[in-house]
Amino acid sequence: MSFFRENKFGTKTIYVGLDNFEKVLFDTEYLQIAGFTLLYVGLSVLITIFLAFLLALLLNKNVPGTYIYRALIFIPYAVSPAIAGSLWTFLLDPVAGHVNYFFTNIFGTQIAWLTTRPYAFYALLFATVWKMIPFSLIFYIAGLQSISNDLLESATLDGANAFTKTWKIKFPLVSPITFYLVIMNIINAMFKSFAIIDVMTKGGPGGYTSTMMYKVYLDAFSYQKTGPASAQSVVMFIIMAIVTVVYFVYGERRVHYR
Amino acid sequence: MYMKTKKRIDTIFTEIALIIISLIVFAPLLLAITISFQTPDSVFSYPPKLFPTTFYYNNYINAFKAIPFARLLLNSAIIAVAITFGKVISGILAGYAFANFKFFGKKFTFSFLFATLFLPAETIMIVPLFLIMNKLGWVNTYWALTIPFMASATNAFLFRQHFQTFPSELEDAAKIDGAGPMKFFVKVLLPLSRSMIAGVVIINFVYSWNMYLWPMIVSMEDKMKTVQVGVKMLISGEGTNNWGVIMAGTLIAVLPTVIVFLSLQNLFVKSLVRSGVKG
Repeated sequence: MSFFRENKFGTKTIYVGLDNFEKVLFDTEYLQIAGFTLLYVGLSVLITIFLAFLLALLLNKNVPGTYIYRALIFIPYAVSPAIAGSLWTFLLDPVAGHVNYFFTNIFGTQIAWLTTRPYAFYALLFATVWKMIPFSLIFYIAGLQSISNDLLESATLDGANAFTKTWKIKFPLVSPITFYLVIMNIINAMFKSFAIIDVMTKGGPGGYTSTMMYKVYLDAFSYQKTGPASAQSVVMFIIMAIVTVVYFVYGERRVHYR
Repeated sequence: MYMKTKKRIDTIFTEIALIIISLIVFAPLLLAITISFQTPDSVFSYPPKLFPTTFYYNNYINAFKAIPFARLLLNSAIIAVAITFGKVISGILAGYAFANFKFFGKKFTFSFLFATLFLPAETIMIVPLFLIMNKLGWVNTYWALTIPFMASATNAFLFRQHFQTFPSELEDAAKIDGAGPMKFFVKVLLPLSRSMIAGVVIINFVYSWNMYLWPMIVSMEDKMKTVQVGVKMLISGEGTNNWGVIMAGTLIAVLPTVIVFLSLQNLFVKSLVRSGVKG
Protein backbone atom coordinates (compact mmCIF):
# COMPACT_ATOMS: atom_id res chain seq x y z
CA MET A 1 0.00 0.00 0.00
CA SER A 2 2.92 2.30 0.66
CA PHE A 3 3.65 2.15 -3.09
CA PHE A 4 0.26 3.46 -4.17
CA ARG A 5 -1.67 6.65 -4.14
CA GLU A 6 -5.39 6.64 -3.66
CA ASN A 7 -7.93 9.32 -4.44
CA LYS A 8 -10.22 10.75 -1.79
CA PHE A 9 -12.94 8.14 -2.01
CA GLY A 10 -10.72 5.13 -2.47
CA THR A 11 -12.12 4.38 -5.90
CA LYS A 12 -8.92 4.79 -7.87
CA THR A 13 -5.48 3.56 -7.00
CA ILE A 14 -2.31 4.24 -8.94
CA TYR A 15 1.16 2.86 -8.52
CA VAL A 16 3.62 5.58 -7.52
CA GLY A 17 6.70 3.54 -6.66
CA LEU A 18 8.84 4.98 -3.91
CA ASP A 19 7.12 8.34 -4.13
CA ASN A 20 5.44 8.01 -0.74
CA PHE A 21 8.71 7.14 0.96
CA GLU A 22 10.41 10.06 -0.69
CA LYS A 23 7.69 12.39 0.53
CA VAL A 24 8.02 11.06 4.05
CA LEU A 25 11.78 10.85 4.39
CA PHE A 26 12.56 14.23 2.83
CA ASP A 27 9.83 16.06 4.65
CA THR A 28 11.26 18.42 7.28
CA GLU A 29 8.11 18.13 9.34
CA TYR A 30 8.44 14.36 9.45
CA LEU A 31 12.13 14.56 10.37
CA GLN A 32 11.22 16.94 13.15
CA ILE A 33 8.64 14.45 14.41
CA ALA A 34 11.18 11.64 14.20
CA GLY A 35 13.59 13.76 16.26
CA PHE A 36 10.94 14.44 18.87
CA THR A 37 10.08 10.73 19.01
CA LEU A 38 13.73 9.87 19.58
CA LEU A 39 14.02 12.41 22.38
CA TYR A 40 10.75 11.39 24.00
CA VAL A 41 11.36 7.63 23.78
CA GLY A 42 15.01 7.93 24.80
CA LEU A 43 14.42 10.15 27.80
CA SER A 44 11.36 8.33 29.09
CA VAL A 45 13.09 4.95 28.81
CA LEU A 46 16.27 6.20 30.52
CA ILE A 47 14.43 7.88 33.39
CA THR A 48 12.10 4.91 33.84
CA ILE A 49 14.92 2.37 33.99
CA PHE A 50 17.02 4.46 36.36
CA LEU A 51 14.19 5.21 38.78
CA ALA A 52 12.89 1.65 38.64
CA PHE A 53 16.33 0.26 39.55
CA LEU A 54 16.73 2.64 42.50
CA LEU A 55 13.21 1.86 43.71
CA ALA A 56 13.86 -1.87 43.41
CA LEU A 57 16.92 -1.47 45.64
CA LEU A 58 14.78 0.24 48.27
CA LEU A 59 11.96 -2.29 48.03
CA ASN A 60 14.41 -5.17 48.27
CA LYS A 61 15.59 -4.16 51.73
CA ASN A 62 12.40 -5.69 53.10
CA VAL A 63 11.77 -3.05 55.72
CA PRO A 64 8.45 -3.42 57.59
CA GLY A 65 5.51 -2.43 55.42
CA THR A 66 7.22 -3.28 52.13
CA TYR A 67 4.15 -5.23 51.08
CA ILE A 68 1.96 -2.12 51.25
CA TYR A 69 4.49 0.15 49.54
CA ARG A 70 4.89 -2.38 46.77
CA ALA A 71 1.14 -2.63 46.24
CA LEU A 72 0.83 1.16 45.99
CA ILE A 73 3.80 1.62 43.69
CA PHE A 74 2.73 -1.22 41.38
CA ILE A 75 -0.75 0.24 40.79
CA PRO A 76 0.05 2.34 37.69
CA TYR A 77 0.71 -0.94 35.87
CA ALA A 78 -3.03 -1.66 35.94
CA VAL A 79 -3.87 1.89 34.87
CA SER A 80 -4.25 2.28 31.12
CA PRO A 81 -2.24 4.90 29.19
CA ALA A 82 -5.46 6.75 28.37
CA ILE A 83 -6.40 6.98 32.03
CA ALA A 84 -2.86 7.94 33.02
CA GLY A 85 -3.23 10.78 30.53
CA SER A 86 -6.57 11.79 32.01
CA LEU A 87 -5.26 11.77 35.58
CA TRP A 88 -2.24 13.87 34.71
CA THR A 89 -4.28 16.27 32.62
CA PHE A 90 -6.22 17.00 35.78
CA LEU A 91 -3.15 17.24 38.04
CA LEU A 92 -1.47 19.66 35.65
CA ASP A 93 -4.57 21.78 35.08
CA PRO A 94 -3.53 25.42 35.47
CA VAL A 95 -6.41 26.25 37.82
CA ALA A 96 -7.70 23.14 39.57
CA GLY A 97 -4.60 20.94 39.42
CA HIS A 98 -2.49 20.23 42.46
CA VAL A 99 0.85 20.33 40.68
CA ASN A 100 0.34 23.94 39.74
CA TYR A 101 -0.67 24.80 43.29
CA PHE A 102 2.65 23.53 44.62
CA PHE A 103 4.51 25.01 41.70
CA THR A 104 3.02 28.44 42.27
CA ASN A 105 3.90 28.32 45.95
CA ILE A 106 7.50 27.24 45.40
CA PHE A 107 8.49 29.05 42.21
CA GLY A 108 5.85 31.72 42.08
CA THR A 109 4.90 31.06 38.46
CA GLN A 110 1.84 29.49 36.96
CA ILE A 111 2.41 27.25 33.97
CA ALA A 112 -0.01 26.11 31.29
CA TRP A 113 1.62 22.70 31.18
CA LEU A 114 -0.19 21.13 28.28
CA THR A 115 -0.35 24.05 25.87
CA THR A 116 3.11 25.64 25.97
CA ARG A 117 6.55 24.50 24.92
CA PRO A 118 8.57 22.89 26.34
CA TYR A 119 6.26 22.14 29.28
CA ALA A 120 3.94 19.94 27.21
CA PHE A 121 6.93 17.66 26.67
CA TYR A 122 7.69 17.52 30.42
CA ALA A 123 4.03 16.81 31.13
CA LEU A 124 4.10 13.82 28.76
CA LEU A 125 7.31 12.59 30.37
CA PHE A 126 5.72 12.69 33.85
CA ALA A 127 2.73 10.65 32.77
CA THR A 128 4.77 8.20 30.66
CA VAL A 129 7.36 7.51 33.32
CA TRP A 130 4.70 7.20 36.02
CA LYS A 131 2.89 4.64 33.88
CA MET A 132 6.01 2.70 32.83
CA ILE A 133 7.91 2.40 36.12
CA PRO A 134 5.98 -0.51 37.70
CA PHE A 135 6.64 -2.89 34.80
CA SER A 136 10.41 -2.41 35.04
CA LEU A 137 10.26 -2.37 38.82
CA ILE A 138 8.63 -5.79 38.97
CA PHE A 139 11.44 -7.26 36.88
CA TYR A 140 14.22 -5.56 38.81
CA ILE A 141 12.86 -6.76 42.15
CA ALA A 142 12.81 -10.33 40.86
CA GLY A 143 16.30 -9.92 39.41
CA LEU A 144 17.80 -8.47 42.58
CA GLN A 145 16.26 -11.22 44.68
CA SER A 146 18.09 -13.83 42.64
CA ILE A 147 21.53 -12.35 43.42
CA SER A 148 23.14 -14.61 46.00
CA ASN A 149 23.88 -13.19 49.43
CA ASP A 150 27.26 -14.94 49.57
CA LEU A 151 28.47 -12.80 46.73
CA LEU A 152 27.47 -9.57 48.46
CA GLU A 153 28.93 -10.72 51.78
CA SER A 154 32.27 -11.57 50.26
CA ALA A 155 32.26 -8.16 48.60
CA THR A 156 31.67 -6.56 51.99
CA LEU A 157 34.60 -8.52 53.44
CA ASP A 158 36.74 -7.24 50.59
CA GLY A 159 35.87 -3.72 51.70
CA ALA A 160 33.29 -2.74 49.10
CA ASN A 161 30.96 0.04 50.22
CA ALA A 162 27.28 0.30 49.42
CA PHE A 163 27.90 2.40 46.31
CA THR A 164 30.40 -0.05 44.80
CA LYS A 165 28.18 -2.97 45.67
CA THR A 166 25.27 -1.36 43.90
CA TRP A 167 26.92 -0.20 40.72
CA LYS A 168 29.80 -2.65 40.36
CA ILE A 169 28.04 -5.85 41.40
CA LYS A 170 24.25 -5.59 41.45
CA PHE A 171 23.77 -3.46 38.36
CA PRO A 172 26.03 -5.56 36.08
CA LEU A 173 24.42 -8.75 37.37
CA VAL A 174 20.96 -7.61 36.32
CA SER A 175 22.18 -6.27 32.98
CA PRO A 176 20.29 -8.94 30.97
CA ILE A 177 17.10 -7.71 32.62
CA THR A 178 18.05 -4.11 31.91
CA PHE A 179 18.51 -4.99 28.27
CA TYR A 180 15.15 -6.72 28.07
CA LEU A 181 13.50 -3.78 29.81
CA VAL A 182 15.09 -1.24 27.47
CA ILE A 183 13.56 -3.06 24.50
CA MET A 184 10.14 -3.47 26.09
CA ASN A 185 10.06 0.14 27.23
CA ILE A 186 11.07 1.39 23.80
CA ILE A 187 8.10 -0.49 22.35
CA ASN A 188 5.80 0.87 25.04
CA ALA A 189 6.97 4.44 24.63
CA MET A 190 6.75 4.29 20.85
CA PHE A 191 3.33 2.67 20.52
CA LYS A 192 1.32 2.41 23.73
CA SER A 193 2.04 5.99 24.78
CA PHE A 194 -0.13 7.05 21.85
CA ALA A 195 -3.07 7.16 24.25
CA ILE A 196 -1.22 9.41 26.71
CA ILE A 197 -0.42 11.88 23.94
CA ASP A 198 -3.89 11.74 22.43
CA VAL A 199 -5.57 12.45 25.76
CA MET A 200 -3.12 15.03 27.11
CA THR A 201 -1.85 17.18 24.25
CA LYS A 202 -3.32 15.79 20.99
CA GLY A 203 0.16 16.22 19.58
CA GLY A 204 0.13 19.95 20.23
CA PRO A 205 0.87 22.75 20.74
CA GLY A 206 1.25 23.12 16.99
CA GLY A 207 2.41 19.56 16.40
CA TYR A 208 5.20 19.97 18.95
CA THR A 209 4.47 16.73 20.81
CA SER A 210 3.48 14.55 17.83
CA THR A 211 5.31 11.23 17.75
CA MET A 212 5.72 9.00 14.71
CA MET A 213 2.80 6.86 15.82
CA TYR A 214 0.60 9.93 16.28
CA LYS A 215 1.50 11.11 12.80
CA VAL A 216 0.50 7.75 11.31
CA TYR A 217 -2.83 8.05 13.07
CA LEU A 218 -3.43 11.62 11.89
CA ASP A 219 -2.45 10.95 8.29
CA ALA A 220 -4.39 7.73 7.99
CA PHE A 221 -7.57 8.52 9.89
CA SER A 222 -7.90 12.30 9.97
CA TYR A 223 -6.48 13.32 6.59
CA GLN A 224 -7.20 10.05 4.71
CA LYS A 225 -3.67 9.92 3.29
CA THR A 226 -3.29 6.15 3.41
CA GLY A 227 -0.25 6.06 1.13
CA PRO A 228 2.06 8.26 3.23
CA ALA A 229 0.67 6.72 6.42
CA SER A 230 1.56 3.24 5.16
CA ALA A 231 5.03 4.42 4.21
CA GLN A 232 5.45 5.74 7.75
CA SER A 233 4.27 2.42 9.15
CA VAL A 234 6.93 0.69 7.07
CA VAL A 235 9.58 3.07 8.45
CA MET A 236 8.48 2.23 11.99
CA PHE A 237 8.41 -1.45 11.15
CA ILE A 238 12.02 -1.25 9.94
CA ILE A 239 13.07 0.50 13.15
CA MET A 240 11.37 -2.16 15.26
CA ALA A 241 12.85 -4.95 13.12
CA ILE A 242 16.33 -3.54 13.77
CA VAL A 243 15.61 -3.36 17.50
CA THR A 244 14.39 -6.97 17.48
CA VAL A 245 17.41 -8.23 15.57
CA VAL A 246 19.76 -6.41 17.95
CA TYR A 247 17.95 -8.04 20.84
CA PHE A 248 18.27 -11.55 19.49
CA VAL A 249 21.88 -11.15 18.42
CA TYR A 250 22.74 -9.93 21.89
CA GLY A 251 20.60 -12.62 23.50
CA GLU A 252 22.38 -15.35 21.52
CA ARG A 253 25.76 -14.10 22.63
CA ARG A 254 24.65 -14.08 26.23
CA VAL A 255 23.63 -17.71 26.02
CA HIS A 256 27.00 -18.67 24.54
CA TYR A 257 29.04 -17.00 27.22
CA ARG A 258 27.16 -18.61 30.06
CA MET B 1 26.96 -2.62 68.07
CA TYR B 2 28.09 -0.04 65.53
CA MET B 3 26.83 -2.17 62.65
CA LYS B 4 23.49 -2.56 64.35
CA THR B 5 22.82 1.19 64.75
CA LYS B 6 23.99 1.78 61.23
CA LYS B 7 21.55 -0.78 60.00
CA ARG B 8 18.74 0.74 62.03
CA ILE B 9 19.40 4.22 60.59
CA ASP B 10 19.42 2.69 57.13
CA THR B 11 16.06 1.03 57.79
CA ILE B 12 14.51 4.28 59.03
CA PHE B 13 15.73 6.20 55.99
CA THR B 14 14.44 3.52 53.64
CA GLU B 15 11.12 3.54 55.44
CA ILE B 16 10.73 7.32 55.12
CA ALA B 17 11.81 7.29 51.48
CA LEU B 18 9.35 4.53 50.64
CA ILE B 19 6.47 6.28 52.38
CA ILE B 20 7.12 9.48 50.43
CA ILE B 21 7.59 7.68 47.11
CA SER B 22 4.51 5.50 47.43
CA LEU B 23 2.46 8.56 48.33
CA ILE B 24 3.75 10.40 45.24
CA VAL B 25 3.07 7.42 43.00
CA PHE B 26 -0.40 6.93 44.44
CA ALA B 27 -1.19 10.66 44.52
CA PRO B 28 -2.82 10.92 41.07
CA LEU B 29 -5.43 8.32 41.98
CA LEU B 30 -5.93 9.68 45.50
CA LEU B 31 -6.45 13.23 44.25
CA ALA B 32 -8.80 11.92 41.56
CA ILE B 33 -10.89 10.26 44.28
CA THR B 34 -10.87 13.50 46.28
CA ILE B 35 -12.03 15.66 43.41
CA SER B 36 -14.65 13.15 42.26
CA PHE B 37 -16.54 13.64 45.53
CA GLN B 38 -16.47 17.42 45.46
CA THR B 39 -19.29 19.71 44.43
CA PRO B 40 -18.69 21.64 41.17
CA ASP B 41 -18.19 24.88 43.16
CA SER B 42 -15.50 23.49 45.43
CA VAL B 43 -13.46 21.91 42.64
CA PHE B 44 -11.56 25.15 42.31
CA SER B 45 -11.23 25.73 46.04
CA TYR B 46 -7.93 27.23 47.01
CA PRO B 47 -5.76 25.61 48.26
CA PRO B 48 -6.88 22.40 46.53
CA LYS B 49 -7.94 19.64 48.91
CA LEU B 50 -5.82 16.55 49.39
CA PHE B 51 -8.42 14.25 50.90
CA PRO B 52 -12.15 13.94 50.29
CA THR B 53 -14.07 16.09 52.77
CA THR B 54 -17.49 15.91 51.17
CA PHE B 55 -19.38 12.96 49.79
CA TYR B 56 -20.97 14.41 46.68
CA TYR B 57 -21.69 11.34 44.58
CA ASN B 58 -23.68 13.21 41.93
CA ASN B 59 -20.50 13.42 39.84
CA TYR B 60 -20.74 9.68 39.27
CA ILE B 61 -24.37 9.93 38.24
CA ASN B 62 -23.56 12.82 35.92
CA ALA B 63 -20.76 10.86 34.30
CA PHE B 64 -23.32 8.24 33.31
CA LYS B 65 -25.56 10.99 31.93
CA ALA B 66 -22.85 12.79 29.95
CA ILE B 67 -21.88 9.73 27.90
CA PRO B 68 -23.51 6.28 27.55
CA PHE B 69 -21.19 4.94 30.22
CA ALA B 70 -23.15 1.78 31.03
CA ARG B 71 -23.02 0.72 27.39
CA LEU B 72 -19.28 1.51 27.20
CA LEU B 73 -18.60 -0.57 30.31
CA LEU B 74 -20.56 -3.45 28.81
CA ASN B 75 -18.58 -3.13 25.56
CA SER B 76 -15.27 -3.12 27.38
CA ALA B 77 -16.30 -6.14 29.41
CA ILE B 78 -17.46 -8.11 26.35
CA ILE B 79 -14.31 -7.25 24.42
CA ALA B 80 -11.92 -7.94 27.29
CA VAL B 81 -13.50 -11.29 28.13
CA ALA B 82 -13.70 -12.42 24.50
CA ILE B 83 -10.13 -11.44 23.68
CA THR B 84 -8.75 -12.97 26.87
CA PHE B 85 -10.63 -16.20 26.21
CA GLY B 86 -9.52 -16.44 22.57
CA LYS B 87 -5.94 -15.46 23.28
CA VAL B 88 -5.46 -17.92 26.10
CA ILE B 89 -7.09 -20.85 24.28
CA SER B 90 -5.17 -20.26 21.05
CA GLY B 91 -1.98 -19.73 23.03
CA ILE B 92 -2.38 -22.97 24.96
CA LEU B 93 -3.16 -25.00 21.84
CA ALA B 94 -0.33 -23.51 19.79
CA GLY B 95 2.06 -23.85 22.70
CA TYR B 96 1.14 -27.51 23.14
CA ALA B 97 1.58 -28.16 19.43
CA PHE B 98 5.02 -26.56 19.38
CA ALA B 99 6.16 -28.25 22.56
CA ASN B 100 4.93 -31.82 22.12
CA PHE B 101 4.51 -32.60 18.44
CA LYS B 102 6.64 -32.90 15.35
CA PHE B 103 5.01 -31.59 12.22
CA PHE B 104 5.92 -30.33 8.77
CA GLY B 105 7.17 -26.74 8.80
CA LYS B 106 7.46 -26.57 12.58
CA LYS B 107 10.85 -24.90 12.54
CA PHE B 108 9.76 -22.35 9.98
CA THR B 109 6.47 -21.46 11.68
CA PHE B 110 8.14 -21.24 15.05
CA SER B 111 10.88 -18.90 13.92
CA PHE B 112 8.17 -16.81 12.28
CA LEU B 113 6.34 -16.67 15.58
CA PHE B 114 9.55 -15.84 17.38
CA ALA B 115 10.32 -12.95 15.06
CA THR B 116 6.96 -11.31 15.63
CA LEU B 117 7.27 -11.60 19.41
CA PHE B 118 8.33 -8.01 19.88
CA LEU B 119 6.34 -6.41 17.08
CA PRO B 120 3.18 -4.75 18.29
CA ALA B 121 1.37 -5.88 15.15
CA GLU B 122 -1.93 -4.13 15.72
CA THR B 123 -0.26 -0.73 15.78
CA ILE B 124 2.28 -1.20 13.01
CA MET B 125 -0.27 -2.70 10.63
CA ILE B 126 -3.07 -0.44 11.69
CA VAL B 127 -3.77 1.02 8.24
CA PRO B 128 -4.10 -2.25 6.28
CA LEU B 129 -5.90 -3.88 9.20
CA PHE B 130 -8.47 -1.12 9.18
CA LEU B 131 -8.97 -1.43 5.42
CA ILE B 132 -9.51 -5.18 5.79
CA MET B 133 -12.11 -4.58 8.49
CA ASN B 134 -13.75 -2.01 6.24
CA LYS B 135 -13.91 -4.46 3.31
CA LEU B 136 -15.41 -7.14 5.54
CA GLY B 137 -18.00 -4.65 6.78
CA TRP B 138 -16.86 -5.25 10.35
CA VAL B 139 -16.35 -1.61 11.31
CA ASN B 140 -18.53 -0.73 14.31
CA THR B 141 -19.00 -4.37 15.26
CA TYR B 142 -17.60 -6.56 18.00
CA TRP B 143 -15.89 -8.63 15.31
CA ALA B 144 -13.44 -5.87 14.45
CA LEU B 145 -12.86 -5.17 18.13
CA THR B 146 -12.00 -8.74 19.04
CA ILE B 147 -11.02 -11.03 16.13
CA PRO B 148 -7.68 -9.35 15.24
CA PHE B 149 -6.44 -9.99 18.78
CA MET B 150 -7.47 -13.60 19.18
CA ALA B 151 -4.06 -15.03 18.36
CA SER B 152 -0.98 -13.97 20.24
CA ALA B 153 2.64 -14.91 19.63
CA THR B 154 3.50 -14.04 23.20
CA ASN B 155 0.99 -16.48 24.64
CA ALA B 156 1.95 -19.29 22.25
CA PHE B 157 5.60 -18.77 23.12
CA LEU B 158 4.89 -18.61 26.84
CA PHE B 159 2.91 -21.83 26.90
CA ARG B 160 5.45 -23.61 24.72
CA GLN B 161 8.18 -22.74 27.21
CA HIS B 162 5.92 -23.83 30.03
CA PHE B 163 4.92 -27.17 28.52
CA GLN B 164 8.54 -27.95 27.73
CA THR B 165 9.40 -27.88 31.42
CA PHE B 166 7.38 -31.05 31.95
CA PRO B 167 9.60 -34.15 31.60
CA SER B 168 8.82 -36.43 28.66
CA GLU B 169 8.56 -39.33 31.14
CA LEU B 170 5.26 -37.84 32.17
CA GLU B 171 3.84 -38.30 28.69
CA ASP B 172 5.34 -41.76 28.39
CA ALA B 173 3.75 -42.80 31.66
CA ALA B 174 0.40 -41.51 30.44
CA LYS B 175 0.86 -43.41 27.20
CA ILE B 176 1.49 -46.65 29.07
CA ASP B 177 -1.68 -46.02 31.06
CA GLY B 178 -3.50 -45.80 27.75
CA ALA B 179 -3.95 -42.04 27.46
CA GLY B 180 -3.57 -40.52 24.00
CA PRO B 181 -2.06 -37.06 23.46
CA MET B 182 -5.45 -35.35 23.77
CA LYS B 183 -6.34 -37.09 26.99
CA PHE B 184 -2.87 -36.45 28.39
CA PHE B 185 -3.27 -32.77 27.51
CA VAL B 186 -6.69 -32.37 29.11
CA LYS B 187 -6.25 -34.62 32.15
CA VAL B 188 -2.58 -34.05 33.01
CA LEU B 189 -1.05 -30.94 31.46
CA LEU B 190 -3.92 -28.50 31.92
CA PRO B 191 -4.54 -29.23 35.61
CA LEU B 192 -0.81 -28.95 36.26
CA SER B 193 -0.71 -25.54 34.53
CA ARG B 194 -3.52 -23.96 36.51
CA SER B 195 -1.56 -21.13 38.11
CA MET B 196 0.22 -20.38 34.86
CA ILE B 197 -3.06 -20.11 32.98
CA ALA B 198 -4.60 -17.93 35.69
CA GLY B 199 -1.65 -15.54 35.51
CA VAL B 200 -1.83 -15.24 31.75
CA VAL B 201 -5.58 -14.68 31.94
CA ILE B 202 -5.10 -11.70 34.24
CA ILE B 203 -2.34 -10.16 32.15
CA ASN B 204 -4.42 -10.50 28.99
CA PHE B 205 -7.52 -9.13 30.69
CA VAL B 206 -5.71 -5.97 31.81
CA TYR B 207 -4.17 -5.62 28.36
CA SER B 208 -7.44 -5.86 26.47
CA TRP B 209 -9.41 -3.71 28.91
CA ASN B 210 -6.78 -1.01 28.46
CA MET B 211 -6.62 -1.00 24.64
CA TYR B 212 -7.12 2.44 23.17
CA LEU B 213 -6.06 3.21 19.60
CA TRP B 214 -7.72 0.31 17.79
CA PRO B 215 -11.11 0.55 19.56
CA MET B 216 -11.12 4.27 18.91
CA ILE B 217 -10.59 3.77 15.18
CA VAL B 218 -12.98 0.90 14.46
CA SER B 219 -15.85 2.11 16.61
CA MET B 220 -17.19 5.33 15.20
CA GLU B 221 -20.64 5.02 16.71
CA ASP B 222 -20.85 5.94 20.37
CA LYS B 223 -22.61 2.72 21.27
CA MET B 224 -19.64 0.60 20.15
CA LYS B 225 -16.94 2.54 22.00
CA THR B 226 -15.03 1.34 25.07
CA VAL B 227 -14.52 3.05 28.42
CA GLN B 228 -10.96 4.06 27.52
CA VAL B 229 -12.29 6.11 24.63
CA GLY B 230 -15.12 7.24 26.90
CA VAL B 231 -12.64 8.94 29.20
CA LYS B 232 -11.43 11.05 26.31
CA MET B 233 -15.04 11.79 25.32
CA LEU B 234 -15.62 13.06 28.86
CA ILE B 235 -12.58 15.34 28.77
CA SER B 236 -13.44 16.91 25.44
CA GLY B 237 -17.18 16.97 26.16
CA GLU B 238 -17.18 18.39 29.66
CA GLY B 239 -14.59 21.06 28.99
CA THR B 240 -11.99 21.82 31.61
CA ASN B 241 -14.40 23.02 34.27
CA ASN B 242 -16.08 19.86 35.36
CA TRP B 243 -13.18 17.92 36.79
CA GLY B 244 -15.41 16.19 39.32
CA VAL B 245 -17.37 14.42 36.61
CA ILE B 246 -14.31 13.68 34.47
CA MET B 247 -12.41 12.13 37.37
CA ALA B 248 -15.50 10.15 38.43
CA GLY B 249 -15.63 8.64 34.94
CA THR B 250 -11.90 8.01 34.94
CA LEU B 251 -12.13 6.17 38.25
CA ILE B 252 -15.01 3.99 37.04
CA ALA B 253 -12.93 3.06 33.98
CA VAL B 254 -9.87 2.16 36.01
CA LEU B 255 -11.65 0.30 38.81
CA PRO B 256 -11.93 -3.19 37.21
CA THR B 257 -8.24 -3.50 36.37
CA VAL B 258 -7.07 -2.08 39.69
CA ILE B 259 -9.31 -4.46 41.63
CA VAL B 260 -8.14 -7.46 39.61
CA PHE B 261 -4.55 -6.33 39.98
CA LEU B 262 -4.64 -5.70 43.73
CA SER B 263 -6.50 -8.87 44.62
CA LEU B 264 -4.29 -11.14 42.55
CA GLN B 265 -1.05 -9.21 42.74
CA ASN B 266 1.26 -12.06 43.66
CA LEU B 267 0.05 -14.31 40.88
CA PHE B 268 0.24 -11.37 38.51
CA VAL B 269 3.82 -10.45 39.36
CA LYS B 270 4.98 -14.06 39.20
CA SER B 271 3.50 -14.66 35.74
CA LEU B 272 4.77 -11.37 34.38
CA VAL B 273 8.32 -12.10 35.46
CA ARG B 274 8.10 -15.62 34.11
CA SER B 275 6.89 -14.30 30.78
CA GLY B 276 9.86 -11.97 30.47
CA VAL B 277 12.78 -13.79 32.02
CA LYS B 278 12.18 -17.01 30.14
CA GLY B 279 11.08 -15.38 26.91
